[in-house]
Amino acid sequence: MLYRETGQFKTSYSADQAIFPIFQDRMFILGWLIVAFIAVPLMASEYWFQIILIPFLVFSLATLGLNILVGYCGQISLGTGGFMAVGAFSAYKLATNVPELNIIFVILISGLITALVGILFGLPSLRIKGFYLAVATLAAQFFLIWMFNKFGWFVNYSPSGSIAIPPMEIFGVMVTSAKADPVARYYLALGFTVVLALLAKNLVRGPTGRAWMAIRDMDIAAEIIGIKPLATKLKAFAVSSFFIGVAGALYFSAWSGTAESDAFDINLSFNILFMVIIGGLGSVVGSFMGAAFIVLLPIFLTNLFVGELGFSALTAKHLEITIFGALIIFFLAVEPHGLARMWQVTKEKLRIWPFPH
Amino acid sequence: MEMLNAVFVAPFVDMFTYPAFFVEVLLGGLTAGVMYSLVALGFVLIFKASGVFNFAQGVLALFAALTLVGLMTGTIPFSQNSMSALALPIWLAVIATGGVMVGLAYAIERVVLRPLVNQEEIIMFMSTIGLAFVLEGVGDMMWGSDVKALDVGIPSGSFEVNGVLVQVFDLWAAGIAAVMVAFLAVFFQKTKIGRALRAVADDHQAALSVGIPLKTIWVAVWSVAGLVALVAGIMWGSKSGVQFSLSLIALKALPVLILGGFTSIPGAIIGGLIIGVGEKVAEVYWGPLVNGAIENWFAYVLALLFLMFRPQGLFGEKIIERI
Amino acid sequence: MSAVENPRQISGEVLLNVEDISLSFGGVKAIRGVSFNILKGEIRAIIGPNGAGKTSMLNVINGFYHPQEGKITYKGETRSKMRSHVAAKQGIARTFQNVALFKGMSTLDNLMTGRLLKQREGILQQTVDMLLHAVYLGPAKRQEVVERKVVEEIIDFLEIEAIRKTPVGRLPYGLQKRVELGRAIAMEPELLLLDEPMAGMNLEEKGDMSRFIIDLNDQYGTTIALIEHDMGVVMDLSDRVVVLNYGEKIADGTPNEVSANQDVIDAYLGVS
Ligand SMILES: Nc1ncnc2c1ncn2[C@@H]1O[C@H](COP(=O)(O)OP(=O)(O)OP(=O)(O)O)[C@@H](O)[C@H]1O
Ligand SMILES: [Mg+2]
Repeated sequence: MLYRETGQFKTSYSADQAIFPIFQDRMFILGWLIVAFIAVPLMASEYWFQIILIPFLVFSLATLGLNILVGYCGQISLGTGGFMAVGAFSAYKLATNVPELNIIFVILISGLITALVGILFGLPSLRIKGFYLAVATLAAQFFLIWMFNKFGWFVNYSPSGSIAIPPMEIFGVMVTSAKADPVARYYLALGFTVVLALLAKNLVRGPTGRAWMAIRDMDIAAEIIGIKPLATKLKAFAVSSFFIGVAGALYFSAWSGTAESDAFDINLSFNILFMVIIGGLGSVVGSFMGAAFIVLLPIFLTNLFVGELGFSALTAKHLEITIFGALIIFFLAVEPHGLARMWQVTKEKLRIWPFPH
Repeated sequence: MEMLNAVFVAPFVDMFTYPAFFVEVLLGGLTAGVMYSLVALGFVLIFKASGVFNFAQGVLALFAALTLVGLMTGTIPFSQNSMSALALPIWLAVIATGGVMVGLAYAIERVVLRPLVNQEEIIMFMSTIGLAFVLEGVGDMMWGSDVKALDVGIPSGSFEVNGVLVQVFDLWAAGIAAVMVAFLAVFFQKTKIGRALRAVADDHQAALSVGIPLKTIWVAVWSVAGLVALVAGIMWGSKSGVQFSLSLIALKALPVLILGGFTSIPGAIIGGLIIGVGEKVAEVYWGPLVNGAIENWFAYVLALLFLMFRPQGLFGEKIIERI
Repeated sequence: MSAVENPRQISGEVLLNVEDISLSFGGVKAIRGVSFNILKGEIRAIIGPNGAGKTSMLNVINGFYHPQEGKITYKGETRSKMRSHVAAKQGIARTFQNVALFKGMSTLDNLMTGRLLKQREGILQQTVDMLLHAVYLGPAKRQEVVERKVVEEIIDFLEIEAIRKTPVGRLPYGLQKRVELGRAIAMEPELLLLDEPMAGMNLEEKGDMSRFIIDLNDQYGTTIALIEHDMGVVMDLSDRVVVLNYGEKIADGTPNEVSANQDVIDAYLGVS
């Protein structure tokens, strides 16, 4: 009985409403934080930072953002790539045009700009639902990428059309561009991810989250009990886009260092949707699990197919696409709540362990 | 002032000054529109009969075209090699591909739809995105992912009428689309299975209670959609080669559906034509003002604006939700 | 929820007045020129055969359907078109014929959604509140505890302590109906609309539900309009009954008057 709540009596509602009411969960989160903040930087190599850890953090944040919209509020979006591009290009314009602005504010403001764009494209959600809305978000995806591609202003008229983050510092430590230590860039991404994830967790378990879930589960009934559909959905669009925008800004500033608009094409949107589904619709932890899974899977598969089995890179890529698709179908059919639910089930097993029932 | 002129006056002046060119642009748009309609059609069939929003319809067309080219050139699946001895004649290859599409319908029913029956629509929708990925990966592995020419003998060339250049291929495309719509109409009116499909579309419960198994219905409707995808794949592939971008272009069937309504066959056709013509005209006359390539998004934005005013589409019925 | 003193006194003051309401869907006329009123503090039953237009009437009252003709006056204010969340804000709550709970949420969270309409209005306030809840400090935290207390009282009242944290999708039908009533009560409504609250329940469950309805009306002075097919329940609970048939009002009065009415008897026996 490693994991159990018996004996942990809550003597007040506020204790019962704490962010992690169960002791083991608190320890679990604390453990991960220690690993992430202390152990990993001591042990990881540059390869690890660049190929696994930083992208994992960036995509976790984007997944969390999309999960707020799709998993909590029930509004499908296929425009995640486009919104990440808004975050990345805003960060570029701010960093190059307002060099005295600290990178933290650059990233936050980029998130806010993305939130505004998200609200704009979320407006139709009052009248459009479900698949119709999914198609409408494709408009955002294609329009935004086209815009960044076609107007030189967004790339400061660089002839290659690509953007590069200037070196920027926090308290005298370089945290962006190739000049920065990967550990510093990792901490930048980690800081934003951890803080935003905690905020997200608080939001979804409070009144805002309940309103989102009510809209998701039955929008008509939600309106009849006094929830304003448009305001609630727009909040979801705003918060979701803020997260995705910050993720886009981090993608560019903490991870890739350079970017072109095509990096944010519709395939990125699908990838992040897959992370949401595999991780678990409507789960904060699941967002991390889904991102980890989809960041690691291609690395694993490429090693297996190309490294071990000697397939050509092209075949490996096609196999990968096939496996991704099959996994999506598998998860939707067998466990629509994804890895998060599997984890939950495991925890429940631990609760009664070592007794089978 | 100059700007207003460029947006609101100059394009129209152009249209009237060079009417022959304008007509050619329209014709080009109509052809593209027919292609969109063909994809949208398969989509409407599935949505009507099973309520599934089949995101994979475009990839289905790509898959059909890949298979057809593979069979015509005698490609050995999964090997990237071909033997001319295995190459099938066109007619046989088309029939065989049709068979493959029906087989695929069986497989989809068994592996994707059956485990997901009774799930929410949104889950079904996302699973068809998964399906699209599987089909793309498998298609590429089986037949290779290089760009392939497809020639099933549709005549090409062009002739001039009153100074307007008309592509013979376009006429054929329109003709084939018309024949297919007529064929579908007959299928739904006259055949037993077609009538059954209509019954399900109208009332799932009623159809089940008269004893048509859901399984049969799903296989049938996905087969028909697969055949429609084959026709779409042949037309697209003959025009611009068989390649992955086909499935991306096919995404434009989605705004078509929004315009036409998810359940209306005439809607799919007229919606396709509107989108095809609209984006061509916009690209040619207004595109240059904003650095071009507005074809990438025009259809989606048009659909979005349209949705704001008529959420049920051109031909869809207004539904009043119940509780 | 606070009890009012000497509540079970129907003052004669009209809380809701519907006048000449007509509603149609395409060709189907669901309601034809129906008028009646609901007095403050009473339990008003709406009865009639299947398809009579009862549910549609409730949908009109809470702004979910917009009638083609007629007027609705609520608390002295006449309105034309109103969205249902505005009606909720003005104190009209309801339950549904087919349970309309939020399936993915627990009993507690479902009840807490009933408190959402007590939030502050306005874009600025809402944004500030959202941020406060995100950091979960100060007023936001206190507010959560206050709302939780209100909801816990309702949980006690409805005797559903044991299922507090159970996802509602897993509950049996009878309990789901009870949770749905709880969600409506959490809105602290002045007018509570109940659409067949006892459908599909066994005798014991019906007894419990009747008790809750009476207590609610009695202790808290909530005005209740209820649709019910079980005539026994209607006779026991209601002060006055309005009878609909094919969208028309065919009778209106005390339970005894209505049950003696020849038109009503004919309608129920299927004579036309
Ligand atoms: N959203 C809608 N669209 C079309 N027709 C509707 C709609 N809502 C109700 N109707 C029709 O209006 C009529 C009255 O329906 P209503 O649900 O109000 O009846 P009811 O008295 O509640 O019946 P029951 O006892 O079966 O619940 C019926 O013919 C119904 O089919
Ligand atoms: Mg009813």
